[in-house]
Amino acid sequence: MKTGSAVWRGMRIWVVSLAVVPVLALPGQAQVFNPATYELDNGMQVVVVENHRAPVVTHMVWYRAGAADEPAGKSGIAHYLEHLMFKGTKTRAPGEFSQIVANLGGRENAFTSQDYTGYFQTISPENLETMMELEADRMTGLVLTDEIIEPERKVILEERRSRTENSPRALLSEQVGAATFLNHPYRLPVIGWSHEIETISRADLEAFYSTWYAPNNAVLVVSGDVDADAVYQLARKYYGPLAARELPDRIRPAEPPQRAPRQVVMKDARVEQPSWSRRYLAPSYTAGATEHAYALEVLSEIIGGGTTARIYNSIVVESSLAASAGAWYSPGSLDMTTFGFWFSPRPGVEIADVETAIDREIDKLLADGVTKDELDRAQRRLIDGAIFARDSVSGPARVFGASLASGQTVEDVEAWPTRIQAVTIEQINAAARIVFRENTSTTGILLPADKGDKS
Amino acid sequence: MTRITLRSMVVPVFACLVAFAPVSAKAIDIERVISDDGVESWLVEDHSLPIISVRFLFPGGAATDPEDRAGLANMVSGLLDEGAGALDSQTFQRRLSDESISISFSASRDNFGGSLKALTRNRDEAFDLLRLALTEPRFDTDAVERIRSQILSGIAARTNDPDTIAQRVFWEATFPGHPYARQLRGTAESVAAITEDDLRTFVTRRLARNELIVGVVGDITANELKVLLDKTFGVLPERSEAFTIPKAEPAAAGEVIVVQKNNPQSRVLFGQKGLYRDDPEYYAALVLNHILGGGTFTSRLYEEIREKRGLAYSVFSYLLPMDSAALWLGGAGTENSAVSVSIELVRNQWANIRAFGVTQDELDKAKANLIGSFGLRFDNSSAIAGMLVAVQRRDLGIEYINERNALIEQVTLEDVNGVAKRILDPDALTVVVVGDPENIKATRTIRDDG
Repeated sequence: MKTGSAVWRGMRIWVVSLAVVPVLALPGQAQVFNPATYELDNGMQVVVVENHRAPVVTHMVWYRAGAADEPAGKSGIAHYLEHLMFKGTKTRAPGEFSQIVANLGGRENAFTSQDYTGYFQTISPENLETMMELEADRMTGLVLTDEIIEPERKVILEERRSRTENSPRALLSEQVGAATFLNHPYRLPVIGWSHEIETISRADLEAFYSTWYAPNNAVLVVSGDVDADAVYQLARKYYGPLAARELPDRIRPAEPPQRAPRQVVMKDARVEQPSWSRRYLAPSYTAGATEHAYALEVLSEIIGGGTTARIYNSIVVESSLAASAGAWYSPGSLDMTTFGFWFSPRPGVEIADVETAIDREIDKLLADGVTKDELDRAQRRLIDGAIFARDSVSGPARVFGASLASGQTVEDVEAWPTRIQAVTIEQINAAARIVFRENTSTTGILLPADKGDKS
Repeated sequence: MTRITLRSMVVPVFACLVAFAPVSAKAIDIERVISDDGVESWLVEDHSLPIISVRFLFPGGAATDPEDRAGLANMVSGLLDEGAGALDSQTFQRRLSDESISISFSASRDNFGGSLKALTRNRDEAFDLLRLALTEPRFDTDAVERIRSQILSGIAARTNDPDTIAQRVFWEATFPGHPYARQLRGTAESVAAITEDDLRTFVTRRLARNELIVGVVGDITANELKVLLDKTFGVLPERSEAFTIPKAEPAAAGEVIVVQKNNPQSRVLFGQKGLYRDDPEYYAALVLNHILGGGTFTSRLYEEIREKRGLAYSVFSYLLPMDSAALWLGGAGTENSAVSVSIELVRNQWANIRAFGVTQDELDKAKANLIGSFGLRFDNSSAIAGMLVAVQRRDLGIEYINERNALIEQVTLEDVNGVAKRILDPDALTVVVVGDPENIKATRTIRDDG
């Protein structure tokens, strides 16, 4: 359902943009990575990007299942399972996979986000077949016992202490995430709350695994010094025999309308440098008012992309209120996303004064809009970025994996420069008015503890 | 289009027997380019994308900072692209962003370096901006104060960061009185003291042609590059000012220094004397370190501390050879109650390998991984350019990239066990713990409650 509608939207924008900007329809310019794409009989998607610069290949399998797909009250399962995927299967001993990758001179790792979980190895091309054999094996053959999951639970709690509890910034970020979403599971940290990590059972992990780890819920991306058709044949051999499963719809609880701005202020004795951020709920490529996504991407570049953008120029350079400042927008999430602003005040400057200056910039944007010159510059920079993105073996694989696991299509990725080029001033101004409303914002402020407090 | 093929990339591995493919395959094609005015660069031509990547380096980094101006090299690195020649900061930055040109500079202890990445269509403009940044930086007061405020807020933000504290305390304890004891970014006091004069003096003294190292990868021919080398680097002063950083032996052997912090997890940093890069046993040590704590999911430290006992998310070791000292370092993050056990496990592994050596199987697997994974470093043009610069800096020779795997292959069990006996010393480990560790015998405790 979701994927279907994204394809349809993509087609429409593609047609419109070709009509509006024929310049970009030149051969070789409209495409970014020129991948070969296949689908196995069991529904597994296959994307291959050939790159013959060096004898290296990146092999990735992405599952359309992340932290936001976990059952309520069991945050952290997706990530916990990601760790356990490095243990044994019915045919491989615990750690054997990693040992084989290491012996073959490969590098490997895995990652979990709200929307997907990914596994990858980078290795010399003649070992691709072995990687497929092993990855296919653990897609359905994982064996979990208490002896395996208990030490790993401790590792994950250490990881959480390391990443989150040792860092006031990370702790605040977790609180702000929980305040930004009232109902949608994006409110929960990907790694999970400690008290829930502690109680996740083997049955919980096995249930998540058997629900989501299936070829028809996976995307295979191979990038590097390979022949696309040969990769497809290998994929058929190793992933092809795996049976498709019935998958639940990825329908997460939706947000109710936000009717008031939210603010989280955290004081911590470990803080020496205050910081501020504010995020507005915003559409993504695939959720909410998706027609604004590309305009918002260009807007984010104009207002907050680097040292020549509006925010930096006004607050860091002109008025010297902040040491650094910027904006971000990440349209790739399956459900609603956020458009954010951030700054670190210069010493002695009140947070409120910088915040007022940011509000003035946003008000100015809403009143006067962006200029043609700003639009042209931002579009050129973004589209040039798509050329630089090709200067990597593993980078293109990550782009396809993340996009396809979050509701986008290969066509969406390839049409990205065309769609960026098609964005107009009017679209940006309209998108800004949709997104920058005080009532849909959440602000996070990190401050030193009051004198005498102990954290 | 250049295809980078590495000899000995092909390493077939069987369940326990490791066989090495014969040295074969064509080599990576590095060309030594010398401009009319005598500026040298190594070049890997690659016309598959309209992109050029440049890395360059001048020996002499943060270790040359005057003692009361620690952070000078770092501050210069933040300011060279903040206005140069007739272009003020915003104009310069605008040129970079409008033409999608990335220019950046950085300072390490031993080097001052930089990089440039641009599309072919903006190549000349990119080199011209780089020339301005290197030879005519403005250091306008507003730009200097802006970058100073960024550095100071960065220092403030890291004041209570456990990793930063562990590093600072470790280096101060290990190299007392030596420039390596100073922090790269300086302190709030030393950064506040840096003047525009200091910045200009650094540029005049350090950025010169005589020790310049350049590596270029991408869409450019040798003849095109020669012209740009002259225009960009040919105008630098002939000679930099000589400097000496005395050689240092790590101090504080055997110390356990606890920095008391109210954190739920302790950061543990440990280290001892290592090997210089030109040590004949360096490659043996590289293989040994891989077995000890270098392999991401396969090392002994990983196995003992994370895999078997779940005591840490991350545990590792690495060799750090520098110009004036050499270290063998490691680290872990572990729950306060598990710190003393984790340190004991580290010491045990250190002692165990020293006493009993490693097995043939461990050796074979480590070599296979080090050899096979070398080619993975060639993921993108900037990484290759970085390698060209590093190889020149270490004086390893233009054939090094093609010979490196054979050097690993030659390492024997006797080599590895010999270097273990010579270097590894559990009693020499200096350990720094930042956190609230339980049951630990500290030789020194620093209270730092934030």
